[in-house]
Amino acid sequence: MSRQFKEAAIAGIGQTEFSKSSGRSEQQLAAECSLAACQDAGVDPKDIDGMITFTLDNTDDIHLARCLGVENLAYTTRIPGGGAAAVATIYQAMAMVNAGLCENVLIWRAMNERSQYRFGQPISMESAFAPGSGTGSLSWCMPFGAQTPASWESLNAQRYMQKYGVTNEDFGYVSVQQRKYASTNPNAWFYEKPITLEDHQNSKWIIEPVLRMFDCCQESDGGVALLITSLERARDLKQPPVHIVGACQSIPNEVEVISNYYHGGDLADMPEAYATAKRLWAQTGMKPADMDVAMLYDAFTPQIFKQLEAFGFVKPGEASDFVKDGQIDIDGQIPVNTNGGLIAEAYIHGMNSVTEMVRQVRGTAANQVADVQHALISSGMAGAVLARG
Amino acid sequence: MNETAKEPTQLAPILTLESKFFWDAATKEQFVCEKCSDCGQFRFPPRPMCPHCHSVKRDIVELSGKGKVLSWIKPVHPKPIGFDEPPTVGVIETDEGFRIVSNIIDIAYEDITFEMPVEVAFAPTVKNKKVPVFRPLSNENDSLSPVGGEG
Repeated sequence: MSRQFKEAAIAGIGQTEFSKSSGRSEQQLAAECSLAACQDAGVDPKDIDGMITFTLDNTDDIHLARCLGVENLAYTTRIPGGGAAAVATIYQAMAMVNAGLCENVLIWRAMNERSQYRFGQPISMESAFAPGSGTGSLSWCMPFGAQTPASWESLNAQRYMQKYGVTNEDFGYVSVQQRKYASTNPNAWFYEKPITLEDHQNSKWIIEPVLRMFDCCQESDGGVALLITSLERARDLKQPPVHIVGACQSIPNEVEVISNYYHGGDLADMPEAYATAKRLWAQTGMKPADMDVAMLYDAFTPQIFKQLEAFGFVKPGEASDFVKDGQIDIDGQIPVNTNGGLIAEAYIHGMNSVTEMVRQVRGTAANQVADVQHALISSGMAGAVLARG
Repeated sequence: MNETAKEPTQLAPILTLESKFFWDAATKEQFVCEKCSDCGQFRFPPRPMCPHCHSVKRDIVELSGKGKVLSWIKPVHPKPIGFDEPPTVGVIETDEGFRIVSNIIDIAYEDITFEMPVEVAFAPTVKNKKVPVFRPLSNENDSLSPVGGEG
């Protein structure tokens, strides 16, 4: 294969059902969603030549290749940083296709993250802080009772609340909006289960004064996969191609995904999201106003505020009023997390947000935004712009 | 010391080759940090190379133990391991200029304010270790109260 620059596109998406108890192994979930992505694209799984997942994924690359009957794998890699890896997988797949190194890159993430183990419960095993995960500094939180992702996030979000006069009720509007989207998405765990702001305020405290239960993402079982190829080839495949216009990652000095206290800036800021936005807008020559829909990583509601600001949809401190004003609803300035997001659809570590963005660009989403030309997806430390190819 | 004091329940620190010096010092009630032997800059979390001058030589120095509160939270659910009641957890910026996550003790959660001055104390953990925690900075004339897990 000659190494000529090629534009990249998402040609296929696949997923299992999203549940609280899948009843089968993570390896099987991985195989099922990967096969579904290949079938969606119309690509024979034996032709996969690149494979990408998260460092935190428990399934085995070679074992998955063996399940799928992959004939001659050229490239495998894994991305650190917890859920921040979600959009970085697209970035790396794009780079592999751009460089002419791979023709069919499979991305997958499979987890029994409710029935087999729980990210929301205190972790006290030293193995959780092993090198390679990109989250080693979390070990410095453990003796002090900050032992869950919700607590780590809140140490930053509480400063955001102080700085901009934001309350937990303000975060509640994000939760209500996403539950509204999920209520009309049959794939969502919270399908037909919208909530009111009062319901949000009545949900129990997880971390005072930042997060209540309904501010937090779910714990879910399920698998999600994508098939990335060249734009040129995608045009000859089964689905309308979704062009990866641009994608990037940004890890500024002293920044770490969620134990993000050691950079020199204000704790209220999310330096990696600002840096990702800067790099992405520079790379694509685009701006927030060019986007028709956005998927923003929502492990917790405050992250929506921070990313709306970092990507320039609003100025710092203005996200609360923007959300309260309905501007992330389907008819707002920028519809956000239209499947219900990780809070209301399922938590497959951000990858179900990518499949939703693909459906929005194809025009097949449950809550379809009218005439989507360009879509932004962010996992905080990585971002991408997708468009019809 | 209170003779009926309970056995410590707070989790012991997670020791790595790079962090052991810090926690060993804390158990001896010393609050220390790595400082570059060549350019004199503090660094935290600990690491084997100075990011400013790339020296691998370091000194372990005792700090003032004073700092200020940047943020503070109360983890309620699920209940943190090692605590009977939800602790107050905060990000402290030390006077030496680096940040550390710790507990804030001897003050009601509601009474804490941004950039409130604090000073180090030491709380016992399981496995006979101690960890640095922070309490409101006392006036020099005040007598220091003994520090225990729940105060």
